[in-house]
Amino acid sequence: MDVAIRCRDLKKTYDGKLHAVAGIDLEIKAGECFGLLGPNGAGKTTTIEILEGLLAPTSGEVEIFGYRWKTHGRQLREWIGISLQETGLSERLTVCEIIDLYASFYRNPRRSDEIIEEMSLGEKAGSWVGKLSGGQKQRLVIATALVGNPRILFLDEPTSGLDPQSRRQLWEIIRRFQSRGGTVLLTTHYMDEAERLCDRISVVDHGRIIASGSPALLIERLCGNKLIEFVTSNKLGEAVTEDWDGLPGVDRVTQENGKILLSVHEPHATIPALLAVAQQRGLRLEHLATRQASLEDVFVHLTGRHLREDLNGNYSQNAK
Amino acid sequence: METTVKMQSDTLELELDEPAQESLLPVMLAAQNGRWSGYWHLLKARVTELRREPGVVFWIFGFPLLLAVALGMAFRNKAPDVSRVAVIAGPGADHVMRLLRSAPRPELVRADVLSETDAHHRFQFGKYDLVVAAKGNDSFVYEYDSTRPESVLAQLVVDNQLEIATGRKDTLQSSTRASTEPGSRYIDFLIPGIIGMNLMMSGLWSVGFVVVDMRQRKILKRYVATPMRRSDFLLAISTSSLSLMVLGVLPLLGCGIMAFHMPIAGSWASILLVSAAGAFTFAGMGLLAASRTQKSETANGIINIVTLPMWMLSGVFFSYEHFPEAIQPLLKLLPLTALNDALRSIILEGASLRLQGFRLLVLSFWGGISFMLALRWFRWT
Repeated sequence: MDVAIRCRDLKKTYDGKLHAVAGIDLEIKAGECFGLLGPNGAGKTTTIEILEGLLAPTSGEVEIFGYRWKTHGRQLREWIGISLQETGLSERLTVCEIIDLYASFYRNPRRSDEIIEEMSLGEKAGSWVGKLSGGQKQRLVIATALVGNPRILFLDEPTSGLDPQSRRQLWEIIRRFQSRGGTVLLTTHYMDEAERLCDRISVVDHGRIIASGSPALLIERLCGNKLIEFVTSNKLGEAVTEDWDGLPGVDRVTQENGKILLSVHEPHATIPALLAVAQQRGLRLEHLATRQASLEDVFVHLTGRHLREDLNGNYSQNAK
Repeated sequence: METTVKMQSDTLELELDEPAQESLLPVMLAAQNGRWSGYWHLLKARVTELRREPGVVFWIFGFPLLLAVALGMAFRNKAPDVSRVAVIAGPGADHVMRLLRSAPRPELVRADVLSETDAHHRFQFGKYDLVVAAKGNDSFVYEYDSTRPESVLAQLVVDNQLEIATGRKDTLQSSTRASTEPGSRYIDFLIPGIIGMNLMMSGLWSVGFVVVDMRQRKILKRYVATPMRRSDFLLAISTSSLSLMVLGVLPLLGCGIMAFHMPIAGSWASILLVSAAGAFTFAGMGLLAASRTQKSETANGIINIVTLPMWMLSGVFFSYEHFPEAIQPLLKLLPLTALNDALRSIILEGASLRLQGFRLLVLSFWGGISFMLALRWFRWT
C-alpha cells in the first residue's frame, strides 16, 4: 500500500532551547486513520503543522505521497484538507459563501451543495458564520477541509470542546471520508476518540513518540485485558497497599488516587483469591470494581501522568 | 475514574461500525476552477463583508460628509463679525449709545449698557469684546484685550464709528469688495483637504486594520493552508480598498458642488487619477503597518502614530503655511501634503496633471516603498 505521510527524525526547536518536537518518525499508509495521542503541550500541534507544511522543521524530512513541501508545495496543498486547532472564519459571511470561497482556491473542488448536505448544514446554508453553534461551526471547518476533495485530511483536535452529539456527528463524517479511501491524521487528547476512529495511534509526550500500534494492541500489550480496582484498609483505618502481586493472574500492580489497580487477564480467577486474602488478613475491602483497560491506562502506564491532567487538575501523579 | 466510565457509555451508544452506504458513492465534482477564481471569490467575499459592516460604510462615506457639512456650515460666509460692546452705565452712556446708532454702519456694533462690575466681569469671560466708558461728552476710555483679535477689531470699529458720528470727514476715497466668490472661501479650501484626509484614513484602516484583524483571528493562517495564491489575497484586499477609497471621493465632491456651489476648475479625470495615486500610497502604508502586527490594538496605535502628525501638519483644516518656513519643505514631503496640494491645485486652480509631477512622485515614492517592504515583511501567521 502507498505511504501517504512519512517523516524522519523530525525536530522543532524554538529559540534554540525548547524542543517542541524532539525526533519523531511516522509512516502513515494511504487509507489509514492515524492518531497522535498526547496531553496538551506534548508537541502534537507542532508535529501536525510541520506535516501540513505550515511550519518548517528545525531538522528532519517530511514526504507527502513521496513529495516534499519545498519543491511541490502547491501541488500538495491541492491534495490535503486541513482543520487547524483554532480556525478563524469571517463572521459576516454565510455558510454557503465560505464554502464557495474555499472551493475557489482548489483546481478541482467538490460541489458546494453536496458538501453542505453531507455536513448537515443545509438549514444553515444562508446563515452568517457568527450565528452558528459550536458544533455547526466545527462542521463548517471540516467542510472547508473537504471541499477541495483531498486525499489526506489533517485534523488538529477536531472535537475539542464539542458536545457528545456533535462529536459523534464529526466521527461519522471522518469515517465516511476514510471509507472513500481518504487518509486521516488526527491529534486528540480524547481516548475514546482515538479508540473508536484510529487504526493506529502514536502516543506522544515531551515531543517524542513513546508507543505506537493499534489501540487494542497497545492496551493488550501494556495493561493486560482487564483492571481490578479497589481500596483496602486495616482495622485502624490505615490504607494497605502492599503485597498484592502474589495473587494469581496479576501482571502488574499500580496505585492511583489511593486505589489499587491490578492488571489481570482473567478477573474470575483473581477476584476470589483477592477476597480470600482480604478476609484472611482482616482487611476492609471497598470500591471493588473491574473494568476494561483503556488508552488512558496505557498513557498512565507509559508516563505516570494522565492524558488530561491539565484539564482535570484533580488527578495525582502517584502511579509509579 | 468517572471520566472513563462516562466516555465508555458514550461510545456504547455509537454504531459507527455499520458501514455508511451512501458514503461509498463517488463525490460530485464542481467545474474546474480557472487561474483567477480565487482572486474573484476573495474580492467578492471582501466586498460582501464590507457591505454587511454598516460601520465601515459610515466611516468611509458618512463621517467625512458630516465633517464637511458641519465645518462648511460653521465657516459659511456670514455677515461681518459684530463687535459686542459693554458701555458702562453713567451720565455719558446714553450719549454713546445714540452716537453708535447714528453712525453710518450701526449693524457692526451691538452695544449694551451695564454696571461697571458687570461690564468688566463679562468682558473677562469673553461675552464682550470691548468696554467703553464715557468721560464727559467727547471723551471715551476704551478697555480692550490686545491678545484677542476680535477685541482689537472692536476697539478700531467702535472708535471709527464714534469718530464718524461726531463729524470726522474721511480724506481718502476708498471702497471695499468682500471676497465671497465660490472658489476662494474656506469651504473650498476644506473639501479637498477632507478628501485627502479621508483617503489616508480609509487606506490605513481598511487595509491595515482588516489584515491585522484577519491575522489575529487566524483567518490568514487558514487561507495559506489551502492552495490559494498569496498574491491573490493581497491583490484582492488592495483592489477592494482602492476602489472603495476612490468611490469615497465622489460624495465629498458632490456635497461640495451641491451644498456649497464649489466650482471644479480642473478635470475630473485628473482628480480621480490623483485620488487613485493617494489611495495606492495609503493602502501601501496600511499594508506595511499590518505586515507583522499581531494584535489589532497594536495596529490601532501604529495607525494613529502615522495619521495624527499628518492630520495636523499636512494642511487638512488649515494651511501648513502657518508653520515656520524652515520646516515647510519637509512638510511637502509628507504624502498627505502632496495629495492635498495636488487636489487643491486641480480642483481650485484648474491646474493640469503635468504640474503635479513632484507631488505624484512623493506619493508614488511612499506608496512604492511601503508596498515593497510590506510584501517583504508580510507574515501570514
